[in-house]
Amino acid sequence: MSKASCAHAHQDDTPSRTFEKVCQILDCHGRRSARLIPILQEIQREYRYLPEPVLTYVATSLGIPPARVYGVATFYSFFTLKPKGKHVVHLCDGTACHVSHSLHILDALRKRLGLPEGKETTEDMLFTVETVACLGACGLSPVMVVDGKVHGSLTPETAVEVIEKILAEEEAQ
Amino acid sequence: MRTNGTLTLNGRTCTIEEEDQSLLELARREGVEIPTFCYHSELSVYGACRLCMVDVEGMGVVTSCSTAPRPGMVVRTQTGEIRQMRRVAVELLLASHDTACPTCPKSASCQLQSLSQSLGIENVRFRNLREKVPVDDSSHAIVRNPNRCVLCGDCVRICSEVQGIGALDFVGRGRDVAIMPAFGKGLADVECVGCGQCAAFCPTAALVPRSEVEQAHAFLDDPDKVVVAQIAPAVRVALGEHFGMESGSIVTGQIVAALRALGFDKVYDTCWAADLTVMEETHEFFSRRRAHAESGNGGEPRALFTSCCPAWVRCAEQYYPDLLPQISTCRSPQQMFGSLAKEILPQQFGIDPGDLVVVSIMPCTAKKMEASLPAFERDGRRDVDLVLTTGELAKMIDGAHLRFRDLEPSSLDLPFGFKTGAAVIFGASGGVTEAVLRLAAEELGGERSDAPQFPVVRGSKGLLETELKVAGNTLRLAVVHGLKNAQELATAVLEGKAKYDLVEVMACPGGCVSGAGQPPTERSSRKARTRALHDADSMLQLHKSQDNTVLMQTIRELGGTGSEEAHRLLHTEHVHRRRIRGEGMSFSSIAEASGPPPLKISVCVGTSCYLKGAQDLLYGLIRHVRDRELDGLVDVEATFCFEQCDRGPTISVGGKLLHRCKLKDALEALETEMDERSIDVGKEFVATPPTGS
Repeated sequence: MSKASCAHAHQDDTPSRTFEKVCQILDCHGRRSARLIPILQEIQREYRYLPEPVLTYVATSLGIPPARVYGVATFYSFFTLKPKGKHVVHLCDGTACHVSHSLHILDALRKRLGLPEGKETTEDMLFTVETVACLGACGLSPVMVVDGKVHGSLTPETAVEVIEKILAEEEAQ
Repeated sequence: MRTNGTLTLNGRTCTIEEEDQSLLELARREGVEIPTFCYHSELSVYGACRLCMVDVEGMGVVTSCSTAPRPGMVVRTQTGEIRQMRRVAVELLLASHDTACPTCPKSASCQLQSLSQSLGIENVRFRNLREKVPVDDSSHAIVRNPNRCVLCGDCVRICSEVQGIGALDFVGRGRDVAIMPAFGKGLADVECVGCGQCAAFCPTAALVPRSEVEQAHAFLDDPDKVVVAQIAPAVRVALGEHFGMESGSIVTGQIVAALRALGFDKVYDTCWAADLTVMEETHEFFSRRRAHAESGNGGEPRALFTSCCPAWVRCAEQYYPDLLPQISTCRSPQQMFGSLAKEILPQQFGIDPGDLVVVSIMPCTAKKMEASLPAFERDGRRDVDLVLTTGELAKMIDGAHLRFRDLEPSSLDLPFGFKTGAAVIFGASGGVTEAVLRLAAEELGGERSDAPQFPVVRGSKGLLETELKVAGNTLRLAVVHGLKNAQELATAVLEGKAKYDLVEVMACPGGCVSGAGQPPTERSSRKARTRALHDADSMLQLHKSQDNTVLMQTIRELGGTGSEEAHRLLHTEHVHRRRIRGEGMSFSSIAEASGPPPLKISVCVGTSCYLKGAQDLLYGLIRHVRDRELDGLVDVEATFCFEQCDRGPTISVGGKLLHRCKLKDALEALETEMDERSIDVGKEFVATPPTGS
């Protein structure tokens, strides 16, 4: 994560507020093309993904071709051009986690959330489940990160519990 | 002479010269060939294809393109190990390649094919894991077939480094990496200007000029059609290369003979229209200066930019809306020809206008795009029906099994085949300027000569600036090729940092001689073709467009240069064009299903409007809507380009366009519209009483 975030904390997320934040982010980075990656990181924090028109706008304001912005946005697996769920689960499937059966955990998570083959995000846009190559926490394998929080030494049951807890909180709101 | 030491190359001692940036360059200079896909002397070093590997004692195997020569190095370019590595690299490329070679347009000139042959690869041991993806044939100029891409990145670098456009880039990573336009759109939907240099640099058929050979045959086979051809200057000095002739062979006579054999009814010369362009553009140059002098605005008259190159015009239309008034309104020679041919020939031939077909033979892919523009259509018929590249004509000649080299030369038809040398040099960078000078210098009262020459505007420099003194007048000239150079110059002119009288722009390096429709272009062939054009000029009897008596007759019939009729047929308007097609961004909260549709306000955030403060407008409007609690009633959106950039920032309030808009104007318009709406809403209430509670 970049050290200084340009946009202020969420007040509400109407489209106009979100766009204002995009403008703030661009201004804060001095509209310099060298700052493209942190700019995209912060924009993705606002939208939870990188919408095409916003990327075109970013390209215009930084004075670089849209193809370059698209290239950068598709290079890093952190960036996504498809809307992601409110809660993002990154399950590690690196070597260490893989040999300690991370795929069983993946199956359990997908089953609990009712994700059909080929889909990573639930219909209600609440959850996205993705696998990553290595989180660099092999000592905790199998491990996953949910909304930035690390959960280690998982079993399919404990992993689903994490989801259940979030679902309960969502229900309560 | 300063030396940088020596090294040993394949057992031979070689001097390291100042210009040798890499081992590859040194080896090539020494006549040692090393294969590459991704190295080009005009582009940055990329080191991706791993074919140029050489063995350096003490360093092991390194890529020669990215290794600087150092004294004492012992370099070997051919070892068993290197050969094996190259074989594997090419084999892997072939594994994921669409190897339908017999039906590939690049077959026989494909570098992957020839490399595979020279490395003796007869069997690919790996399975293809790539799924086939659709071919992008959206563009009039270029066809993009990703299944044939070797990811060398040549197209990406030529487009951004030489042309300054950047329409293509790498997307994704690892084994999913691909080269494509932004968001995977078609080339026609992004900022591609159609210059085709990507295709010229592509080692395979991932990018090729769009072929219209079949349409040409269809016209030629139709007994009701009279098909006429026009040949651009640069074609006649390049086509011979396809048939094994030396670069720069002038083959005009054979081309005419070949076209007749293919069934063309008449063969004319685009040079005739180039002479016409010289007359019109010079007239425009002087009338603009007169108008400036008479306007009493003071200061210097603004530079006039040439308009012959459609890729440049497209570039200006997309990126420099404020420069458009300075670009000559003259149509390109191709379009002047088409326009006059369609105007004059049907009557002369006694045929229905719909039965005349004009086919251009061009060195260029952007000409295909240009000919398809609606501005160059009359009564639903294109002025130029079809554009064939030099390469396509070569294929047609091959297809008809004509022995090109043995063809008896034939002469061009009159009247549109008559030209002067001024027109022939259009095909090389600096040629348009020199042709104009041959007329303008006389008009300014300079010395009269039958064969005036202005070698000061010739040369291969990307930007050539010079001043020319003629009878007490000083003309400041700039000749620029490569669109990146052109863009830098355009910016300098707009910022007032550079001042010229006449600026010639050609998109392709060296001008049309190295257009993307030509046979493969090397630096040496570019030079030879350029020299051949100047030789062709020297060999003609006439060297000044004003001496083209046949043309002068036509101009008189039109009512003279700059006449109303000339304007109708020979000039055009440059329009602002958006760079990328896409949806705008809406900022309203999800609209309520009931109630009247919200008032739509669109703010242009294209580059030009953005720079003129569109973001502040957008900001202000969004705030206003929120403060006045109009959410749901007003829908503010950002849109990409109304194509009215000169009057930006532009916004649309309920469909009405506001130009040079300030926030105050925008808010006023919004309130006026809302007031009108509330009255309308009130009326509705009276007219239709509520039904039920």
